[in-house]
Amino acid sequence: MIPAAFDYVRASSVDDALRLLAEHGDDAKLLAGGHSLIPMMKLRLAAPAVLIDIAGIPQLDGIAASGGRVTIGALTKHAALAASDDLRKHAPALWDAANDLGDPQVRNRGTIGGASAHGDPSADYPAVLQALDATFTLAGKGGTREIRAAEFFLGMFETALGANELLTRIAFDAAPNSAYVKFHHPASHYAVVGAAVVLTLSGGTIAAARVAITGIGDAAFRAGGVESALQGVNPNDAVAVKAATAGAARGVQARADTFASASYRAAMADVFAARAVAKAASAR
Amino acid sequence: MQIDLTVNGKQTFIDVEPRLLLVHALRDSLNLTGTHVGCDTSSCGACTVLLDGVSVKSCTVFAVQASGHEVTTIEGIGTADSLHPMQEAFWTAHGLQCGYCTTGMIVSAVDLLKRNPDPSDDEIRAGLEGNLCRCTGYENIVKAVRAAGAAMRAGDPRHSVNELMPIHPPTVEPPPSGEAIIPQQLQEAKV
Repeated sequence: MIPAAFDYVRASSVDDALRLLAEHGDDAKLLAGGHSLIPMMKLRLAAPAVLIDIAGIPQLDGIAASGGRVTIGALTKHAALAASDDLRKHAPALWDAANDLGDPQVRNRGTIGGASAHGDPSADYPAVLQALDATFTLAGKGGTREIRAAEFFLGMFETALGANELLTRIAFDAAPNSAYVKFHHPASHYAVVGAAVVLTLSGGTIAAARVAITGIGDAAFRAGGVESALQGVNPNDAVAVKAATAGAARGVQARADTFASASYRAAMADVFAARAVAKAASAR
Repeated sequence: MQIDLTVNGKQTFIDVEPRLLLVHALRDSLNLTGTHVGCDTSSCGACTVLLDGVSVKSCTVFAVQASGHEVTTIEGIGTADSLHPMQEAFWTAHGLQCGYCTTGMIVSAVDLLKRNPDPSDDEIRAGLEGNLCRCTGYENIVKAVRAAGAAMRAGDPRHSVNELMPIHPPTVEPPPSGEAIIPQQLQEAKV
C-alpha cells in the first residue's frame, strides 16, 4: 500500500517545528515514530501534504524521576519506557502498558507522545495517563501551556492538541501503587478493554483511587463512581473490590465490533478494573 | 529527494520519493530482496530489519526517515560463506517450512538475543510476538532460537553453507550449451 504523495521536512528544534507548522498550516502533520500515522497514510485515511519529522529534535527524549515527580519527553519510545527501572518503581501502571503494547518492533519505533496525540480509542496510554492525572505540556507559537490528561483526550482520534501545537512532555506524580491490566486483542494487540488504577493506601485500606478505562467508548474515561466506591475498601477483599468496581462503564456508550459486543465490553470493564485494583495494591 | 543510507555497513545515496517505504527502497532500489513484504500493515514482521541496531518493521518506516541512519538486513546478518549462528540454527532445528517469514524471524531473534542472551522459552515467544509464521507453528522456531543462543554463548565458530551441506561437483561433464543432460538409465530406455 502506497500513501498519497507528500513533502518531507525535518525539524531541528521545537521552535523550528512550530515555525514549519505555522508555515504549512492544516496541510501538515508531525511525524515522530510514525506507528499510528504511517498505517493510516497507507490506508489513505490520512493524506497530509507535508510531513514534519520531529524524531531528531534533541531534549524531547528521556525519562526523569526526581522528588516524587516523573517527567517523560514526548519522543520517548515505548521500548525505553518498558526497559526503565525508574518507571517500574515509580509508575508501574505506565511500565505495564509500555510492556504490553504492540510488539517489540512497534515498541522500538513508536513514541509516548505520538501515541497520545493520535487519540486512538483503544490505545493504552490514554487510560494510564488519566489514572496518573498526568500533565501534558503543549508548545505553541505564543509559548507553552499545560493541560491535564482528562482534558486532553476528547474523543475518537480527537485531542486538545491544537493544529499548530507540539506535545513536548508528560509529567505526573510518582504512583508506586498503580497498575494497568488489559484484555489485549490477539491480532492487533490493542486493548479490547484496559483498566488503569492508581491507589493511595492507608492502614490496609484504599484512602483514594483513580481509575480510568480504555477500549470501551470513543475515548478513555475516568470511572468516577468506582473511584468513590473504592474509598475505605480493603484491596485484598475480592468481594468488596468486585462490588466497588461494578458498573465501571456506566453512562458510557460502549462500542461493538466483530470481536466484542458492547455489553461484553462493559462487563469486561468491571472485571479488568477489579484485577487492576488487586495488582496495584500488591505493587511496590 | 536524495537520501543517505548505510546498509549492511555500506553507505549508499539513492533518490527516492518521500512516500517510498524503507522496505521498497531496500528491495527495489538496492536489490536486497531477502527482506520480504508480508501483510504490509505492521503486523507480520516479514519486513523486519535492524535500524540503528534495533528491530523495526520496514513497511512502517519511510526511507527518508532512515536517511543518515544504519540499516542491517538479513544479507548483513550472515552470508552463505559465513552463516550467522541464528541462520544455522533455523536450518538445523527445522525452524522453517516455506521460508517466507524466516528472514524477519531471524532478524528479530538476533535483536532479541542481543538484549537477552539466554532467554527462556516464554521470553523467546514474547520476543517474537511481532513475527507471524503461517506454516509450521512456532515450536521449532523457539528451538532454533534456543540453539542459536547456546551456540553464541559458547562462542561456536561460524560455518558456511557448504560445510553444513557439501555440494558435490558434478560427476558427468556438462554437455555443450543448449543440450540437455540425459541420465544414463533414460538414455538406455530410449526407443
